[in-house]
Amino acid sequence: MTAGTRPLAIGAALPRVDGPEKVTGSARYAYEQPPPGHPYGEPVYVHPLQADIARGRVDAIDTERANAVEGVLAVLTHRSAARLADTGDRELAVLQSDRVAFRGQFIGAVLADTPETARHAAALVSVDYAQEPHDTELLADHPGLYAPEHVNPSFETDTDEGDVDKAMAAAMVKVDRTYTTPMEHNNPMEPHTTVAVWHTSDDEAPDDEASAGSVAGASPEAPVRLTLYASTQGAHSVRKTLAPMFGLVPDQLRVVSPHVGGGFGSKGMPHAHDVLAALCARAVPGRIVKLAVTRQQMFSLTGHRTPTIQRVRLGADVAGRLDAVAHEVVERTSTVKEFAEQTACGTRMMYAAPHRRTTHRLAALDVPVPSWMRAPGEAPGIFALEVAMDELAEAAGLDPIELRVRNDPSADPETGKPWSGRHLVRCLAEGARHFGWQHRNPAPGARREGDELVGLGVAASTYPYYAPQGSRARVRYDGEGHWNVAIGAADIGTGSRTVLTQIAADALECPAASVTVELGDTRLPMATVAGGSAGTAAWGATVVAAAHAFRAAHGERPQPGAEAHGGAEAHPDTKRFAVHSFGAQFAEVRVDADTGEIRVPRLLGVFSVGRIINPVTARSQFIGGMTMGLSMALHEHSVLDHRTGHVVNHDFAGYHIATHADALGIEAHWLDEDDPHTNPMGARGIGEIGIVGCPAAIVNAVHNATGLRVRDLPITPDKLLH
Amino acid sequence: MDARITLHVDGDERPLTLDTRVTLLDALRDRLSVTAPKKGCDHGQCGACTVLLDGRRTLSCLTFAVAQDGAEVVTAAGLASYDGEPHPVQRAFLENDALQCGYCTPGQICSAIGMLAEAASGHPSHATPELADAGGRDGPGGGPGAPGGPDGARRTTAPVVLDDAEIRERMSGNLCRCGAYVNILAALRDHGATGVTA
Ligand code: FES
Ligand code: FES
Repeated sequence: MTAGTRPLAIGAALPRVDGPEKVTGSARYAYEQPPPGHPYGEPVYVHPLQADIARGRVDAIDTERANAVEGVLAVLTHRSAARLADTGDRELAVLQSDRVAFRGQFIGAVLADTPETARHAAALVSVDYAQEPHDTELLADHPGLYAPEHVNPSFETDTDEGDVDKAMAAAMVKVDRTYTTPMEHNNPMEPHTTVAVWHTSDDEAPDDEASAGSVAGASPEAPVRLTLYASTQGAHSVRKTLAPMFGLVPDQLRVVSPHVGGGFGSKGMPHAHDVLAALCARAVPGRIVKLAVTRQQMFSLTGHRTPTIQRVRLGADVAGRLDAVAHEVVERTSTVKEFAEQTACGTRMMYAAPHRRTTHRLAALDVPVPSWMRAPGEAPGIFALEVAMDELAEAAGLDPIELRVRNDPSADPETGKPWSGRHLVRCLAEGARHFGWQHRNPAPGARREGDELVGLGVAASTYPYYAPQGSRARVRYDGEGHWNVAIGAADIGTGSRTVLTQIAADALECPAASVTVELGDTRLPMATVAGGSAGTAAWGATVVAAAHAFRAAHGERPQPGAEAHGGAEAHPDTKRFAVHSFGAQFAEVRVDADTGEIRVPRLLGVFSVGRIINPVTARSQFIGGMTMGLSMALHEHSVLDHRTGHVVNHDFAGYHIATHADALGIEAHWLDEDDPHTNPMGARGIGEIGIVGCPAAIVNAVHNATGLRVRDLPITPDKLLH
Repeated sequence: MDARITLHVDGDERPLTLDTRVTLLDALRDRLSVTAPKKGCDHGQCGACTVLLDGRRTLSCLTFAVAQDGAEVVTAAGLASYDGEPHPVQRAFLENDALQCGYCTPGQICSAIGMLAEAASGHPSHATPELADAGGRDGPGGGPGAPGGPDGARRTTAPVVLDDAEIRERMSGNLCRCGAYVNILAALRDHGATGVTA
């Protein structure tokens, strides 16, 4: 960035710019849209109908009693819903056939004038099915296992170098273990909601005038228009996917999403409810239709993390130097859409060895569609690798930090490229110092205080740098020192609205207080999805480019109303360097010797993530990720009943996430750095790395405390009682 | 079946006629467009819908509106002082970045204000030592209707000192998936020290 003499906004602890709206509850999330004053009259409420078999066909569906209820406006089924122009994405081909591919799939919807009436009427619909045998159980030797063409987003499915089997046979010290992680659900606090309006020719979409002229190249208003107020991590990606399904050109579909109550990947792509809401709106043109997915329904409709079965083999010499690394993953996808989690990909770059192999095999089962959940790939994969490394350290009689130091590669083992900055060893060293690692007794089960067994554990963390291309931003000077920066990006709680304000301020060389950032609307310039920890990098670089374009066009003394658009080119160095973030995660656990209850009094992470734009929001991201890592380690487990295909613990009473009483000391630190090979800010991304490695650190600490090695998440007390 | 009731919401009198199946949360959000209280689960499991109902923190998804005729409801939108100054708890949340997505936040703030008042009037929680000593551990405290509510028998006489364990325990009915707990604790710790309550 151009560094002047003025203090930079980047790096400053700017308070979250939308904080005041959030603490007063005035920030509007999807269900609360459109704001009062809209012209559509009273809303219509939708209650969906869901399949209660896991595989088969809807044979007959009797909607008569539901239709007869006063206040019911329509009952949609696969027979009455509008046909979609494109049904290629079968997760989204809602109500287009009688097929049932998983339990909980949409088979219809009731539209009524109140939510109570819709829900009551939905219970009056009776459905006959032609049921078929289903299979929802992932097994390591499932007969249907196959190799996908690639794994998310576009990595090689398998890699193989040298001869792992031979090297393992010859290794002096080795680990060959299987680690498993369960089905997990993202569960953002804001349930997915879509409010839809299928505009008639004579109704006015709100804000038409306010936004007129704000989009470059917008076509004249088309006769048919659809507006979706959605809880999404990417308004533009929702539009791109859904517009063709409804036979619309992009300008006919507007997606609005100014505030999003968390997503963690589950709002990264449109899901079936977005389509269902639009189908319902089409049935009652000119009216607002509200579809709020319930917490229970989220367990079958809005994505989840696949369970994994991971065999990890590590072979080393007596000094602990790795000769063989193999990571073979079995996981599952659905029959309607493939999602191949990239579980072993982190292992490809983490440590070097002459003999290396990674594989991914999937079984397509009769289950809901898995998708992104915070750090897809790395969260479960690094858990397995880093527990295996702890087991190797024990087998080699080495300190676990020393083992990692000895195996720290000087270049990316996968590509041979130099690192843009691999500071794992520094993270481990700084973490050890802050955490007091020297007080760890390496002998498992050796430290008892009262009824508690105390242990310390460590694990490495990593997350790749993604910087998706194609975002655009608009910079406008509003006069009197005020600037408006518009980009159709999302703030799902990450603080993007705040950090983009800072980035824009520095690029325009003005104070942060004079910049207003607008997000979350397809009327704003195209932005890539909030995912892959890439928001700040992708959108920040775009905002910098737009600011520079503005200065080039309008100079230092612009007229009020002057504006410019810009988009960033990929940084050429990202091709030449291996760009990854790293971290060291430390955990102290206390295990009740009688009950097996595990408490985690201390978690400490040190992260190397390039430049930190805002230490306040960054710290919140790190500790939030670590809290989710704690939750993954100790609590999270969706229990699928294989007899019915149903997630039986489908609410917060059954699906436990970390509560306030679980979160004790959680500390995050970071290295003071600037990655010159990434983008104008020197930042890499921080949203996901906090969860990665945290569960392994806890498992390793539990082993240090008790001598018991849990290889199956979550670590519930029963796994410690023998 | 419809019923006519009046709610007093954030200082305004709000008469309404509604289906007796409508929860207080839906009455606020759907009928009155008071959207500061959020719906995270609709089952009393997350705390996002917490409001102050006649001064006590209450899960508005777990009570029918018709049962609250005449009640005084305060949401996070109604906490600011007359001159628009945020409530001290709101300010503490801002100062400590005790939020990320903000969806749990209005509920956290109402819950915290209710919690501070409960502690000030001596209501014990699961983490209160006297209670633990007396063997009165019957379930997690802190939530509305928990042991030691205004009608409960096991109230201690003196205000409860809110150490970290007390705050964590008493705030555990409010889930935050973004994981802002550490900062929420810091906000309330600051706040507990000032002795300010509602
Ligand atoms: S919405 Fe009321 S407790 Fe969750
Ligand atoms: S701030 Fe997002 S759930 Fe608490």
